[in-house]
Amino acid sequence: MSDVTYVRLLDLACGAFLLAAVLVLWRRDLAAIVRLFAIQGAALAALVAVLGVHEGLDGHGAELLALGAGLAVLRAVVLPRLLRRAIVGGDVRETEPLVNVAASLVVAAGLALLSYAVTRPVVALEPSPAVRAVPVALTVVLIGFFVLVTRRRALSQVVGFLLVDNGITAVAFLTTSGVPLIVELGVSLDVLLAVLVLQVLTARMRAAFGGTDLDDLRELRD
Amino acid sequence: MSGSMSVAGTVEAAAQVVLVAAGSPLLVGVMRQVKARLEGRAGAGVLQPWRDLRKLLRKEAITPDGTGPVFRAAPLVLTATALVAAGIVPIATTASPLDGAADLFAVTALLALGTVALALAALDTATAFGGMGASREMTVLALVEPTILMSVFALSVPAGSTNLGAIVNSTLHEPQRVASPVSLLAAVALAVVVIAEAGRIPVDNPATHLELTMIHEAMVLEYAGPDLALVEWASAMRLTVLLGLVANLFAPWGIASADTAAAALAALPLALAVFAVKVAVLGGALAAGEVFMAKLRMFRVPELLAGSFVMALLAVAASFFLA
Repeated sequence: MSDVTYVRLLDLACGAFLLAAVLVLWRRDLAAIVRLFAIQGAALAALVAVLGVHEGLDGHGAELLALGAGLAVLRAVVLPRLLRRAIVGGDVRETEPLVNVAASLVVAAGLALLSYAVTRPVVALEPSPAVRAVPVALTVVLIGFFVLVTRRRALSQVVGFLLVDNGITAVAFLTTSGVPLIVELGVSLDVLLAVLVLQVLTARMRAAFGGTDLDDLRELRD
Repeated sequence: MSGSMSVAGTVEAAAQVVLVAAGSPLLVGVMRQVKARLEGRAGAGVLQPWRDLRKLLRKEAITPDGTGPVFRAAPLVLTATALVAAGIVPIATTASPLDGAADLFAVTALLALGTVALALAALDTATAFGGMGASREMTVLALVEPTILMSVFALSVPAGSTNLGAIVNSTLHEPQRVASPVSLLAAVALAVVVIAEAGRIPVDNPATHLELTMIHEAMVLEYAGPDLALVEWASAMRLTVLLGLVANLFAPWGIASADTAAAALAALPLALAVFAVKVAVLGGALAAGEVFMAKLRMFRVPELLAGSFVMALLAVAASFFLA
């Protein structure tokens, strides 16, 4: 793969990765949010695969490609399916943002500029195309935190947590020349377990209290 | 050399204006026909907007009691700004003699001037609908203009100039730039604001009168006869110019940018034809999309436009991130 195509494909994957995170703030429909999360997972997998092909197909690159395939299965298929099952069980279809959508989007733009400002020293260490894309990954982490803080449904909080995780994974792959397979496997298993536990917890909460609005849960007394 | 170039440029710019002036009602006709066919109706034909304009032009000019010069001047200002915009936007050529004015800010300001003139005229009538339409149009305009500026900014960063002709030329020389995230984000943002600015469906419904949700139609309710014809013609031209701007910023192929005057003139008919096809395809796609969409509630419109603003801002940011 020539250098120009490599940079184009890398930028394209980063663009899709960032756009999916911003659109999570835009949509109110929970099903659409889960679809966007799946698209983001696919973009992350494509990002890792592009890095792998650039490394060369022998040895390290092949490992990265395998990791990309694993990420695609976990983050674009398995996790979204689990989240979708949680939606189908409930009667709530829309998020209730504490900060309205227009303001959230402007905050997202501010977070993008903030992460660009704070990652400049990191980029200056080694300004290769992959490291230059680190602000994108950090923006996704920050947007994930913002979703965690401002969205009240348990499911959208899970998506926020997963956005943070996607962002951290992207930072790891962009700054190092690739995470060892065993580390990434461990992290992915942790995420999968966390989502399974949260899904069971959400289902139990709904069975016991009838809703997953976290502000109401705070006021429960027995 | 430069003398013959500027003569050729003048001819090309004039051809652009004539094409937009004559073709824009046909574009509206094509869009209505596409919509009618998709909804299972026969449709009135592509020429119907021209027939409507002819009918309106033959009628007597009437102005409501109590309206002043603002009301009478607005259709003329709107039409004039649309014609000038058609002359300076790179539609078929990047070598227009008005190229120095084909600045991003100038074009945005020209289009905004027409909108403001119409809004003032709507206020001048002092009817409830006019005031409502004017206030809504200003709300939309205030959110649309920054997005247009930002998204074209994002394109002008790699080109190194805010001149629209220079941006189109640099995209012609580096076609792979079109697939970059900067350009894709800017394309989506610009498409959303063009839909809002042209008053098409998720934001405004051009096909209805007397609905509480209308924006553009509420402002022109008091116009009749030749004035109404001018307003409708100018609206069609603005739609054509905006769609043409989108088409040529993101897919500039076919535009006449030859180095010699003779070659530029020879390429002109092809450039005009390619432009007509591009705009017709975009318009048809827009009309087809409208069939499957409902109009947004007025209070959700700022969300849509804020989203497109963020995309434009991210496009500008990405042109620094990923440069």
